[in-house]
Amino acid sequence: MDLTLSPAEEAFRDELREWLEANNPGREPAGDEAAFQFRLAWQRKLHEAGWAGVSWPKEYGGRGATLIEQAIFNEEVVRARTPSVANVLALAMGGPTVIAHGTEEQRKRYLPPILSGDEIWCQGFSEPGAGSDLASLKTRAVRHGDEWVVTGQKVWTTFAHHAKWCMLVARTDPEAPKHKGLTYFLMDMEQDAVQVRPLRQITGESEFNELFIEEARIPHENIVGAEGEGWGVAITTLMHERATLAFGLQVSVQIALRELIDSAHETRGDNGHVATEDPVIRQHLAQLLIESEVLRLNAYRGLSAVMRSGVPGPEGSLGKWHWSEVNQSLTEVAMEIAGPRAMLADDNWTYRFLRSRANSIEGGTTEILKNIVAERVLGLPRMR
Amino acid sequence: MNFGFSDDQQAIKRTAREFLAARYPLATVRQLAEDDRGFTDAQWQEIAELGWPGVIIPEERGGLGLGVIELVVIAEEMGYALAPSPWFSTTCAALMLTAAGTEAQRERWLEPLASGEARGTLAVWDEHAGWAPDHSEVEPGPDGTLSSVKIAVPDAASADFVIVSGADGRHYLHNVSDPGITLVAEAGIDPTRKLSRVELDGAAVEPLEHAPDKIALAYATIVTLLAAENVGAAQRAMEMAVTYAKDRNQFDRPIGSYQAVSHRCAQMLLEVEGARSLSYWAGWALDNEPDTGPRAASMAKAYAGDAGFRVTASALQVHGGIGFTYEHDLHFFLKRAHANGHAFGDSRWHRDRVADLAGV
Repeated sequence: MDLTLSPAEEAFRDELREWLEANNPGREPAGDEAAFQFRLAWQRKLHEAGWAGVSWPKEYGGRGATLIEQAIFNEEVVRARTPSVANVLALAMGGPTVIAHGTEEQRKRYLPPILSGDEIWCQGFSEPGAGSDLASLKTRAVRHGDEWVVTGQKVWTTFAHHAKWCMLVARTDPEAPKHKGLTYFLMDMEQDAVQVRPLRQITGESEFNELFIEEARIPHENIVGAEGEGWGVAITTLMHERATLAFGLQVSVQIALRELIDSAHETRGDNGHVATEDPVIRQHLAQLLIESEVLRLNAYRGLSAVMRSGVPGPEGSLGKWHWSEVNQSLTEVAMEIAGPRAMLADDNWTYRFLRSRANSIEGGTTEILKNIVAERVLGLPRMR
Repeated sequence: MNFGFSDDQQAIKRTAREFLAARYPLATVRQLAEDDRGFTDAQWQEIAELGWPGVIIPEERGGLGLGVIELVVIAEEMGYALAPSPWFSTTCAALMLTAAGTEAQRERWLEPLASGEARGTLAVWDEHAGWAPDHSEVEPGPDGTLSSVKIAVPDAASADFVIVSGADGRHYLHNVSDPGITLVAEAGIDPTRKLSRVELDGAAVEPLEHAPDKIALAYATIVTLLAAENVGAAQRAMEMAVTYAKDRNQFDRPIGSYQAVSHRCAQMLLEVEGARSLSYWAGWALDNEPDTGPRAASMAKAYAGDAGFRVTASALQVHGGIGFTYEHDLHFFLKRAHANGHAFGDSRWHRDRVADLAGV
């Protein structure tokens, strides 16, 4: 057991830190389009310096670094408070899925423009009638010669209005059992048959969209994996979402917690005492410090397992589930510390408090993640 | 960066798992729980032959000269097997002596401790103690003798010496064969660890060196071992619950197919793995990053103290009525995990310490 970085890993981190210090563009501008352009410019800068796709193979434009170095990267960019990159879904999920299940032609075609930011990706999994029960989705794809014609509706589609490609899971065989009749496509978003409408969320923003698909065309060669095997490919995407995002998420929790402790030092609670002197608040903050440490340690333990086996396992579900609980309780403690200011809508703690409600839903509800842990890690019988 | 055990550490873990499974099946644990002494000389001899009493004792004193992480590995397996043994109390004594024993005390005791010929224990809590792991108001009289009462002292009845904590972080060694000590067996909630009330009345003692920093690290190590024991005990209780949830049918299907039960089991895994990560990290930090060690140890103790009780209690709930019977073995794990949660500072105390150390 060695929980320190090797000299090579340390050199990687130091080089990255130095580069981030010199190149961090700072806070995003307000406004959706301006923020997107800002993120895109940042991604291009990362790409030109060789920091996009850290663990992706060099032949597709990646850096060819280890998974540990990828994790260090994910931690450091959060620590440096850089903006997000524009193509986060393709980097975290789409690309790794193409690397795992795509053909050589697909890897050469799709991976480089992901890294350069020339082609943005979105994810078309959830539907109004298929959330947790994703495999019951109804978007239909019918083959016509070398093309598939797709009709249906998708929801919670982040970045749809900027995207060139959509990771689309559609039903290609309505006769087959529900998990077997699905196929994973890369759908070109630049066609009239695909309409994007923003979805307003409880924070008032619109991070997500609805997608209305009316006889959209997808060439047969845009299938990832085989026809009818879309479920397995989609699972790869979701596992990557849960495993690789964990590194950035745990650091963002630690940063938020540090900010919360700082703000607690400046907040008057009962009888004019500083909030951090309140024994109950101290207990809450200490518990958050402990839980955020667990997130960090579990992420590294999970990574050691991935490095042994090559693919993220169902244990990744624990991290996403735990993170959502920790982040939600962090914002709840923030509301306790805020006192009457908890009634006011602001762009910091009350915003985060509302936004965190989605944490236990997005990327797999906590209930589904518990099912996965129970069935696939503990081997308990399936619900039905 | 590698969050896995070395080959040697894995070998220790494997040996411990196999040895303890062979020698301490739950029928044996139950027998020892009902026995006043709680272990046999033959059982202690076997543990001594494995070198476990001397894991952290330097090689030149006859020990293995290994680190805290190796102790953590053994403690987790001891918790998993729930093996009743004076190993923990003797390890506490060895930690105190290696941290702050005088040259004469080390010369006298470390080799016999390492070989298993002698056993020691640590008497910490005053009769009216609070929640702190090591707070005491005991001071020697003008003649250098100690008069005080300590409660819940583990394995004192079978120890050759007792290290007694006093005011100002000072510690004193009393040789049990000297006059001035009375031991009264105390019924512990956890019958797999034998407790005594230690009454000192003009007992001759030798002070240990006054070395607060080293003593603090010894205590940090002790709480890390209790955290690791709770990881093992909780892991075992979770396995029992999962097995039961697969086998037990109600309403014509295994109860583990109901989410009310299966989600409870998933929650157990979350807490067991969290406690495990923290206790491994604390063990590693105490060996490699002493500045981080006390914070990591308090985090591990706070989390594993809560998780140990919650997981074993949740496992009991999964078992339903049978889990509440004395005949079922589950309650032994619940009792150990609960008692460990309150030994050497409870979770609340350690959380407060985490807050202090993190600048809250």
